[in-house]
Amino acid sequence: MQGKAWKFKDNIDTDLIIPARYLNTSDPAELAKHCMEDADPTWINKMQKGDFIVGGENFGCGSSREHAPIAIKAAGVPAVIAKSFARIFYRNAINIGLPILESPDAVDGISEGDEIEVELAKGNIINKTTGKSYKAQAFPEFMQKLIDAGGLIEYIKRKK
Amino acid sequence: MAGKTIAEKILSSHSNTDSYAGDIVIADLDFMIGQDGTSGVAIDSFNKMGAEKISDPSKIAIIVDHSSPSPNSGVSAIHKKIRDFSKTYGIKLYDIGCGVCHQITPEQGHVVPGDLVIGADSHTCTYGAINVFSTGIGSTDFAAGMISGKLWFKVPETLKVVYRGKLPKGVFSKDLILKLIGDITADGATYMALEIGGEAISSLSVDARFTISNMAIECGAKAGLMETDQKVLDWVNRHSKKIPSPVFADKEAKYAKTIEINIAQLEPQIAKPHTVDNVVPISKLEETTVAQGYIGTCTNGRLEDFQIAAKILKGKKINSNCRLIIAPASKDILLDMIKDGTYQTLLDSGAIAVTPGCGPCVGTHNGVPSDGENVISTANRNFKGRMGNVNSFIYLGSPATVAASMLKGKISDPRNFIN
Repeated sequence: MQGKAWKFKDNIDTDLIIPARYLNTSDPAELAKHCMEDADPTWINKMQKGDFIVGGENFGCGSSREHAPIAIKAAGVPAVIAKSFARIFYRNAINIGLPILESPDAVDGISEGDEIEVELAKGNIINKTTGKSYKAQAFPEFMQKLIDAGGLIEYIKRKK
Repeated sequence: MAGKTIAEKILSSHSNTDSYAGDIVIADLDFMIGQDGTSGVAIDSFNKMGAEKISDPSKIAIIVDHSSPSPNSGVSAIHKKIRDFSKTYGIKLYDIGCGVCHQITPEQGHVVPGDLVIGADSHTCTYGAINVFSTGIGSTDFAAGMISGKLWFKVPETLKVVYRGKLPKGVFSKDLILKLIGDITADGATYMALEIGGEAISSLSVDARFTISNMAIECGAKAGLMETDQKVLDWVNRHSKKIPSPVFADKEAKYAKTIEINIAQLEPQIAKPHTVDNVVPISKLEETTVAQGYIGTCTNGRLEDFQIAAKILKGKKINSNCRLIIAPASKDILLDMIKDGTYQTLLDSGAIAVTPGCGPCVGTHNGVPSDGENVISTANRNFKGRMGNVNSFIYLGSPATVAASMLKGKISDPRNFIN
């Protein structure tokens, strides 16, 4: 996966990712239209499918709404890179099959607009603009199985 | 054998393992809840998983509280989906007007000390105050829990928080938890459980303790655990027929860190916009006019919260530049408020009462502020846009602070209004 980086600040909360006023639907395409709206109302029109969200510390803090990772995934973001993720967002992202990569070095080494390549299986984040590469923190084995299955729904379906 | 924290003990006993921080366990759930913001997606996930039955419907409740009664047709469709699902599978439904999920769940006796509980709402950590390991999860985890009765957990490290000293006049449990969040920041306890104690906690009522555990998530914590004492056992026995199994930490338990906070000199605390960790003592807050006040939510919508506010507002009128919205956290609380005169006092002062439930906290209805307005609220979050308008500003404080501020039309120190 390869695309442009969009940088966001620390503590991007779930209200900024998808405000509660839009939770009157669970349709991913509808939710995607308002993705990141209260952080940057123009972002959804500027971004291209395949672009990455690059957050700071505590990305996804706040509510347990799964609509947040669903909106990001449906907007066409292939993965979120951040210094750290809030716990519930972290679980939700894995459960719905939105790849997340934790790497403070990568976040510090990526500027807005940089061309990024991610090799998910290896956890490699390559900044094509600067030529530097970074390694994301590995997942515990159990979580990696969930990720490999494409999320909890697929994991449970396969186990049946 | 090494000593264990409360979190390590509850997760070990529910997974039939001898587990410590860092281990991953698959554990049996005692109870699980969803609300109307998250249960729609959980039902979608349930159906996508191809599930046909629920492991044990008696261990599940869904509470319609976030947008209740429904403000628009989209939400109405979600409510209908929840009602139909609950009926089909025999799940206990608390429909509009029953109250906020985190008041209903302990108040109606669904959870008792020693339980392991999940909820598709981030503030599920509230029941930590009665020694329940309860944590917020998303919709798909809720679906998996309903189907299997189990869920996987990473056993968290524990941050121990000890509150020392006597609670000063005009200072409340809300101020205690805001102080902690301000000190350790919004991600100070991410992936960790809190174990909260000390003589200051022992002096608090159970209702006041819920306020503290409720906000554990605001510093990233997975749970906000407290030990049981006689007050907790009495409270639980009044509300539940289930047998409590109190869990105490071992003396030799290993903690990631221990924090002591002396509250003897603590002032009322305010969280300024737009993050909960942006906390200042009220004397350091610049003059801040407010257009709206809100007393309610799963944080501070309990009987004693309204009694404290009523004491300050009794026989007085709120400032003509302000509106005060109140939402009891449950119908039972509303009835108690009517019985003891608190409701009348608040309405006489000019307060506007809305349906028991989340009220305007989540920004879907019941009091969206207008552009440029400041709000002083007893809720747990002041994120940008939280109350439905990105151009408004939310300050958080105790019910006493909100009541005092309503008299002055600006954020005011409740110590000046309490004898």
